[in-house]
Amino acid sequence: MAISDLAVTRPARSSGRIGETLAQLSRSPLAFISAIVLVALVLVAVIGAPLLRDFANTQNLRLRFFPPFSLEHGWGYVLGADALGRSILAQLIVGARTSFLVAGATVAVASITGMTIGMVSGYFGGIVDAVLMRISDIIVTVPSLLLALAVLFVLEPSVVNLVLVLAIARLPVYLRVSRAQTLELRERVFVESSRALGTSDAAIIWRDIRPLVVPTVMTVAMLELASVMLAAAGLSFLGVGLQRPDVDWGTLVSEGREYLTRAWWATVFPGTAILITALSANLLSNWMRANADPLQAAAMEPTSSREEAARS
Amino acid sequence: MSDRGRTKVLEVDRLTKHFGQAKALDDISFDIAEGEILAVVGESGSGKSTLARTILGLLDATAGEVRYRGTNLLTLDRRRMRQTRQHIQMIFQDPYASLHPRRRVHELVSEPWRVHRGVVERPQWRSRVAELLDQVGLPQSYADYYPARLSGGERQRVAIARALALAPDFLILDEPVSALDVSIQAQVIKLLMTLQLQFGFTAMFISHDLALVRLIASRVIVMYRGQIVESGDTRAIFEAPAHDYTRLLLSSSPSLEGPSAVESR
Repeated sequence: MAISDLAVTRPARSSGRIGETLAQLSRSPLAFISAIVLVALVLVAVIGAPLLRDFANTQNLRLRFFPPFSLEHGWGYVLGADALGRSILAQLIVGARTSFLVAGATVAVASITGMTIGMVSGYFGGIVDAVLMRISDIIVTVPSLLLALAVLFVLEPSVVNLVLVLAIARLPVYLRVSRAQTLELRERVFVESSRALGTSDAAIIWRDIRPLVVPTVMTVAMLELASVMLAAAGLSFLGVGLQRPDVDWGTLVSEGREYLTRAWWATVFPGTAILITALSANLLSNWMRANADPLQAAAMEPTSSREEAARS
Repeated sequence: MSDRGRTKVLEVDRLTKHFGQAKALDDISFDIAEGEILAVVGESGSGKSTLARTILGLLDATAGEVRYRGTNLLTLDRRRMRQTRQHIQMIFQDPYASLHPRRRVHELVSEPWRVHRGVVERPQWRSRVAELLDQVGLPQSYADYYPARLSGGERQRVAIARALALAPDFLILDEPVSALDVSIQAQVIKLLMTLQLQFGFTAMFISHDLALVRLIASRVIVMYRGQIVESGDTRAIFEAPAHDYTRLLLSSSPSLEGPSAVESR
């Protein structure tokens, strides 16, 4: 979000800024590896999923619980097969696309909506704030799984509905984080100085408060990616999430769980995929937060001399 | 230094501000003539900053009037008030807090033109920022820095450049140097005095540094617990303070007169 906004306000310099960011990224090995892993996973999901869709759903009962790390039946079964003899690797790739789609869309919808409401609510305060916070309390109190079950039972369990239900259940997290930070930021002197200048409330929220709330929300959003993947998996497990032939990593984990003692690979590989994604997202979000702060970024920059460090 | 016959830029009439039971401002009345620098002195908590914020409408007044060139600011609707703000600017005490940390210097200085459209057109922003930086004595290369890379004095210069960007008619300086190192204070004050001669703005200078007030203000009002206890020409007040509190303030201010530590050794 933040990067695209910068591009809008300064079109002439956007390419330079992206290049700058990439150069900084390459200097931090952990963040760099995380970014590469995420990009690779997304590429695999985008390119591989349409090609492997049919193969992933091909059942072959003779290959039931075929163990991994054997090329006896070709690369397709290198990570083994599940209870119906479907290739784990192919399902992982097809599942990656759905997982990213559901988790990404959910987090995007929830974070943007939650952040907007949270900032407005925190900035203006008053009755609107009180009402919104009580609604958020109610959402938190209702078990999100129960809410999702009820809604998806009534509505068709499609990807769109799944995203919406999960987004609503996750809304309070962003709402509270951004509201809390707005409450603190609106008392800062630079906001007062903007008011003294004659800046409108909307412009203060957008130009003064948002740039400082976005990094926090981004960090939370990255953390949420993994838990949304798991929540979607839980719903699939209960039969109201995604239905075959749609498959995501969560579905694979929950399906494989039944055979954990006989065929660990059916659970462990999709689980590892979720873990790697979550970890990369986490490391990258940490780096992004630090990098977005000029104070910390200046400290990380090798070119800044000791003289400059002493000044700040 | 009589101001009779000159146009009044600001007239504050029986201004009162209560915070619950506490009277932060109690029946304050004074006026400032065109081109004048009026100093407001008093200890911490005497209501100096509250006065500045109430005049600017950042705090709602409980009662009274603030007239800027004849129009009462406190009854203006939001849109008209926002337009009027173009002519009244404020420089805040702490330059570490008053500049947005995520904005580069050129963005900070050009911010007023983004708010008040039509003052300076966008293509001219870069060159106008350069001029303003030059006027406050900062090198051009600072335009692309974030405030985190600047020292306190440099930041306050950026804040001054921003305040001057709209060529304001009236400037409120809320202890503009008290957060700075002593060595930097003199430079910034000198800059402000030069700029005042150059631009001819009227100013309200809030301070607790009496030596400074004596140097730059033509008139002084002394505040104590939300009330004006004394007001008048700077020289008159410094030479013959009428009120006990003023005498106390003057006597507690460190002075260069009298025996110095070196001589008495």
